[in-house]
Amino acid sequence: MHKVIIPIGPQHPALKEPESFRIQLSGERITGFSVKLGYNHRGIEKACEERTYLQDVYLTERICGICSHAHSTAFTQAVEEIAALAVPKRALYIRTLIGELERIHSHLLWLGVAGHEIGFDTLLMYTWRDREVVMDILATTTGNRVNYGINTIGGVRRDISLAQVKDILKAVDILEERTKYYIDISTKETTMIKRLSGVGVLSHKDAVRLGAVGPTGRASGVDRDVRRDDPYAAYGELDFNVITDDHCDVYGRAVVRLKELMESYRLIRQILKNMPEGPIAVKAPRKIPAGEAVSRYEAPRGEDVHYVKSNGTDKPERVKVRAPTLANVQTVAKMLEDGQLADLPIVIAAIDPCFSCTDRLISIKDTKSKKTNILMWDDLHSYSVKWYRDKGIDFTKLNRKLQGKMS
Amino acid sequence: MIRPGKMLKEVLETIFKKPATVNYPHDKSGMPDHFRGAIKFIPQNCIGCKLCVKDCPANAITINKVGDKQFECIIDMGKCIYCGQCVDSCMKKALEITKEFELAQLDREKLKVTFHAVPAPATPPKDDLKPKA
Amino acid sequence: MIAAFFNLLIFPGFLFLAIFGLAAEYIDRIIYARLQNRMGPPWFQPLADLIKLIAKEDVIPCEANPRMFKMMPILALTAAVTASFYIPLWGERALFSFNGDLVVVLYLLTIPTLTFFLGGWYSTSLFSKIGAMRAITQLFAYEVPLFICILAPALLANTWSLSEMAAFYAAHPFYWTFNLIGFGVALIAMLGKLEKVPFDIPEAETEIVAGTFTEYSGKLLGFFKLAIDVEAVVGASLLAAVFLPFGYGIGSYLGFVIYVAKVLFIICLLALSRTIFARLRIDQMMEFCWKYVAPLAFVQLVIDLALKGVLIR
Repeated sequence: MHKVIIPIGPQHPALKEPESFRIQLSGERITGFSVKLGYNHRGIEKACEERTYLQDVYLTERICGICSHAHSTAFTQAVEEIAALAVPKRALYIRTLIGELERIHSHLLWLGVAGHEIGFDTLLMYTWRDREVVMDILATTTGNRVNYGINTIGGVRRDISLAQVKDILKAVDILEERTKYYIDISTKETTMIKRLSGVGVLSHKDAVRLGAVGPTGRASGVDRDVRRDDPYAAYGELDFNVITDDHCDVYGRAVVRLKELMESYRLIRQILKNMPEGPIAVKAPRKIPAGEAVSRYEAPRGEDVHYVKSNGTDKPERVKVRAPTLANVQTVAKMLEDGQLADLPIVIAAIDPCFSCTDRLISIKDTKSKKTNILMWDDLHSYSVKWYRDKGIDFTKLNRKLQGKMS
Repeated sequence: MIRPGKMLKEVLETIFKKPATVNYPHDKSGMPDHFRGAIKFIPQNCIGCKLCVKDCPANAITINKVGDKQFECIIDMGKCIYCGQCVDSCMKKALEITKEFELAQLDREKLKVTFHAVPAPATPPKDDLKPKA
Repeated sequence: MIAAFFNLLIFPGFLFLAIFGLAAEYIDRIIYARLQNRMGPPWFQPLADLIKLIAKEDVIPCEANPRMFKMMPILALTAAVTASFYIPLWGERALFSFNGDLVVVLYLLTIPTLTFFLGGWYSTSLFSKIGAMRAITQLFAYEVPLFICILAPALLANTWSLSEMAAFYAAHPFYWTFNLIGFGVALIAMLGKLEKVPFDIPEAETEIVAGTFTEYSGKLLGFFKLAIDVEAVVGASLLAAVFLPFGYGIGSYLGFVIYVAKVLFIICLLALSRTIFARLRIDQMMEFCWKYVAPLAFVQLVIDLALKGVLIR
């Protein structure tokens, strides 16, 4: 059969973010796959070096829209470790609470997106409706639906009142019941199982070899969770199970996420029961002593790593972020081997990708000379102009016209 | 047991329920208390320490001295990320969070909101939060 | 002559079907929304969408064949409207009828799918071509069961004319209950024909953007959308005429109300089934149609053949 290469992205309805996948198709069967990252590079690491530690907390929060608390906590933890700050227990518990609420909202969001990718829009509407329960809780406790801004260096910014505790417990009861219903749907609805099971298989061996993290890895039997293996915040004092599954396919990933939701509800009840009284923050110095630290955080999508190096001033010398999607994106190629075009959206969605978090640096590797060079903004601009000129597209006239309109 | 149409019961029950969405511009669901919306400046309290300017992650705040112990504040709502750090940083409670969140403008210039200094303590503070269209 | 033009263009021809089609689309969308616990669109939304599309510029891809590209939406609309003339809507008699019009109607209702294929093929975009291929592949899966299950009641009535079928079932009031399996099969086939979930494979948004319609815009897309709406109404009318043949001969006003109710009932069933399923893959769709739907259609055929031996002396 005639082979075609179709572009999925940078703009495509299946992807909510600009990333490019090139799929070689033979009929409906995928025979080749390549991924191109880098459409959403924002220079956040560099921007961190230009701002004070306090400002960086809010900047790192904006690395990701969904797991914003993950990034800001990972950064704050690293800075606190360098400055040797003793964060109050209550602050750690509140951080953990927000982290788990975030996991609930992220996993419910994923379930809805998965439903949409397989054309099951009713599931999308229902899960997102129920997700509003946790969004409302986040809005009342932190002041915003996403980008909670609860973290500050040395603790948290807002305390949790008794009335809020009651609200959260009530919401958790509702969510638990709904999640049980979704587990029922996802494991019994025929059309859904037909689209999920046996799709995007990633064997345990491949998952380990490619370094899959989070639910993607756990669904292939990789028993790893930072919350248990390297406890941070209040996780050391809490009792929870790490969910693994041996289905190794998209169905397994859905099951892992749904069961993790049930664990999250259990965790939240424990947190609210055991939350100690006391202050919620210690005063942090503006200048952080020289040093470096690596901080790990189990984001809803997998392990998130932050590295911070300080030099004694009020600005960090270097911040490095490894978002979970970067670890998982390589596995997509393996999962799509011998797959079908129709399975592509759900397989990509199953790693719960967040490409904007992943785009960190643009460097060009010359395969012949093995040289690496880094492109600056001006270089990129002239490169793009040249690229379009070579294709016979000239924007000079249009630019002039637009500029004429502006002035 | 695997069976098709597992959601049938639920969707049929839903048809008699009140819709979860609202007809947005006509009906609005309110924001909770302590929601971090647009920032408001209270000129009487400002002492011009500029801690807020220093701590703002987005460089959205400008504080100008316009007279003796009188300060005006320009907040660029287009740059503001509504984190509320300035409110935390301010020692004199000269900045305040409001619940206002519908701040879209067609013109970038209109996003810059100026809170004028109060000349005499008798007049109430001029609230320029909602710029005239 | 004037009466014929009135019939063709206004009632029950193009204008009536267009308005009814848009109304049916609204009903479909609001039911779909309410089942999903949403507000849904306001009543004028389908009309507003159509007006917006018609007011917009038509963009034709450079590499597309402009004549074929422009012709397809109009052909689809024409075929769907023409089919309605042979279907008895609220009387026992259709506007036109001859022996064998059942087959003509079925073929006229196949033409829109063929135009989706050709339109997608001639727009030369990769997504359109894949959508076109899927549309034609899917056609083979649902068309055979649809034909068989619609021919079965015709066998019982011993005629190939829809009007005579309606007369037969009006004369024998409870015979339509024998054809309920066929009604189910026909509903499933209609889902495929109208490209709705779980069979919206040819325009699966998350895979191939909009399938055939990826390159269509403006008036042409508007015509396609209208053609699909009209096809939904005409298809539902056909199902109503064949499988729900009651309520004839009680005056044209009451008959009209019953006709509208029957069509909307079928539209509601289609909306319900697109709410509770996920989209199948093309191979799963083929398997489902040939493994389960086609045998069911044959069961219907056997039932009607047996009944014909027993009931008609």
